[in-house]
Amino acid sequence: MNVMDTRATSAMLYLDGVHVSFDGFHAINNLSLTLEPGEMRAIIGPNGAGKTTMMDIITGKTKPDEGTVLFDGVTDLTRLDETRIAELGIGRKFQKPTVFESQTVQDNLLLALNVDHSVKATLFWRGSRAESEQIDKVLETIRLTEARNRLAGSLSHGQKQWLEIGMLLAQDPKLLLVDEPVAGMTDVETHLTAELLKEINKTHTVMVVEHDMTFVRELGVKVTCLHEGTVLAEGTIDQVSSNERVIEVYLGR
Amino acid sequence: MTPHMLTRSLDRGATIFLAVVVACGILIPLSNLLLPAGSFLQVPTYLVALWGKYVCYAILALSIDLIWGYCGILSLGHGAFFALGGYAMGMYLMRQIGSRGVYGNPILPDFMVFLNYSKLPWYWYGFDMFWFAALMVLIVPGLLAFCFGWLAFRSRVTGVYLSIITQAMTYALLLAFFRNDFGFGGNNGMTDFKDILGFNVQAEGTRAALFALSCLALIAGFLICRAIVSSKLGKVLIAVRDAESRTRFLGYRVESYKLFVFTVSACMAGVAGALYVPQVGIINPSEFAPGNSIEAVIWVAVGGRGTLVGAALGAVVVNYAKTFFTSGMLAPYWLFMLGAMFILVTLLLPKGIVGTFNAWWDSSKERRDAATIASAAAEDGVAEPKMAEEAQ
Repeated sequence: MNVMDTRATSAMLYLDGVHVSFDGFHAINNLSLTLEPGEMRAIIGPNGAGKTTMMDIITGKTKPDEGTVLFDGVTDLTRLDETRIAELGIGRKFQKPTVFESQTVQDNLLLALNVDHSVKATLFWRGSRAESEQIDKVLETIRLTEARNRLAGSLSHGQKQWLEIGMLLAQDPKLLLVDEPVAGMTDVETHLTAELLKEINKTHTVMVVEHDMTFVRELGVKVTCLHEGTVLAEGTIDQVSSNERVIEVYLGR
Repeated sequence: MTPHMLTRSLDRGATIFLAVVVACGILIPLSNLLLPAGSFLQVPTYLVALWGKYVCYAILALSIDLIWGYCGILSLGHGAFFALGGYAMGMYLMRQIGSRGVYGNPILPDFMVFLNYSKLPWYWYGFDMFWFAALMVLIVPGLLAFCFGWLAFRSRVTGVYLSIITQAMTYALLLAFFRNDFGFGGNNGMTDFKDILGFNVQAEGTRAALFALSCLALIAGFLICRAIVSSKLGKVLIAVRDAESRTRFLGYRVESYKLFVFTVSACMAGVAGALYVPQVGIINPSEFAPGNSIEAVIWVAVGGRGTLVGAALGAVVVNYAKTFFTSGMLAPYWLFMLGAMFILVTLLLPKGIVGTFNAWWDSSKERRDAATIASAAAEDGVAEPKMAEEAQ
């Protein structure tokens, strides 16, 4: 059977009519969104707009009450758990940088590599040249080659953010979900991160959640503004930021 | 275990530890058996049995450190696996008594005759054979840990909730084994053992051999733990300990890792219990007491969590202190001392004895390295004189 026949959509990620409520609070309300393969999308929205909850739904941490979530046109993500979804090729960077602090930078990347993750394979694992070359490459991309043997816990905040992006690269997913990558970064670091994400986008589909408008502008990609769990506006950063309803939501009623 | 896993697992601390255990395992039995009784260097038999007990506790401590120190699973019920291994060995030893029991029944152990059993319960079948009992020492604790872990880890029970249900597990077993109709000797448990593999359990030679075997088991357990924690799997375990959901989002099936290491740990605890029983000569339900499991966790905390060597050391140090203090006029206050020790270690040495030593060693090594580099630089005339002046 041809794969194309079974595909419901050409989109890499397809959300349709998704609802989630926590104890009566509608965190996500009839949310529909599509991401084409190779696209980078910026998601903005005020606090509580449902940005992180949306990522939780895509990565299997939260199950939606109703709605469709399709990955790569064929896989229904609402029926899978986090591990299975990660194996399918969706990587996630958390809002708060989460790296393995008591292990070295190098080991953090080794753990992230997209190889057999079964108990048996890791117990009898032996390093290979291909693996160490891939780690070297990622280290160079995230500018941490010098720090490879340092404990991840001793890195600066910005470096931890990069290490986590590096872990996503090592994981080599089809779709990267990046939650607030420049929170707490200096202007220079923010600029470098934008460059890094643009570089990553050449080979991967990326969804970035970010508050920092300068950063979003620098990315220069299509922007979706969420509000109260649903899409408020979509378009270029100029279109979205001049939208009256977006201004109203951001500046308060 | 493949050779590369073995070589990778041996660092300096591990080598020193192994050398000490090997030396004790050879010298103590030899001194006990070969030197004349009463001579200065001769280790008396009662001490061989006592230290044999410590070695078994050290194996239990290793098994706890493997799951708690490296994977963050705080089991407060590990004494249950220890006791189950002990009971499996106890059943073998009971069957070896044969017709030498008080009631002289060749099949039924004394307590069964006393309780009017007409025949041997089915779950006692096979325990007259050593190989079967030895297998059960691994299988019974392992199977319980597997079932318990499968339910708990799959439901994502973690942290303090997991600790509480492990306590409940060992307490439930305590109550069950206290019952006379449960078929394991009830309140009195099993004792009055005669032979193990045809050798008299009380004989000096047997005691020395059991001590050497315990040391061998400690070495094997240590090497298995080292091989696990120094493999990539060990890195995954630490990742689970430090950031469980991150590990899951990288595509690791966290519950499988926890289940694997929990089951291995339970089997190790079972072996420790099986070696313990012939050396102390009794197994009864008090081994399931929740307090025992908590005490074992204290050994690990005192010695140094996540160091393996520290766990074994902590078990020996705390139990030596226990023997020392409970045999004098301070005996009534032992539990207060144990509590105080736990509080002091938590406050002053949160990394435990070995953890603190390692941290000190690493930092002093860094300082020495820095000093070597600085002096080498000074000799080359590269060091800036200004910096040297500032240092003075």
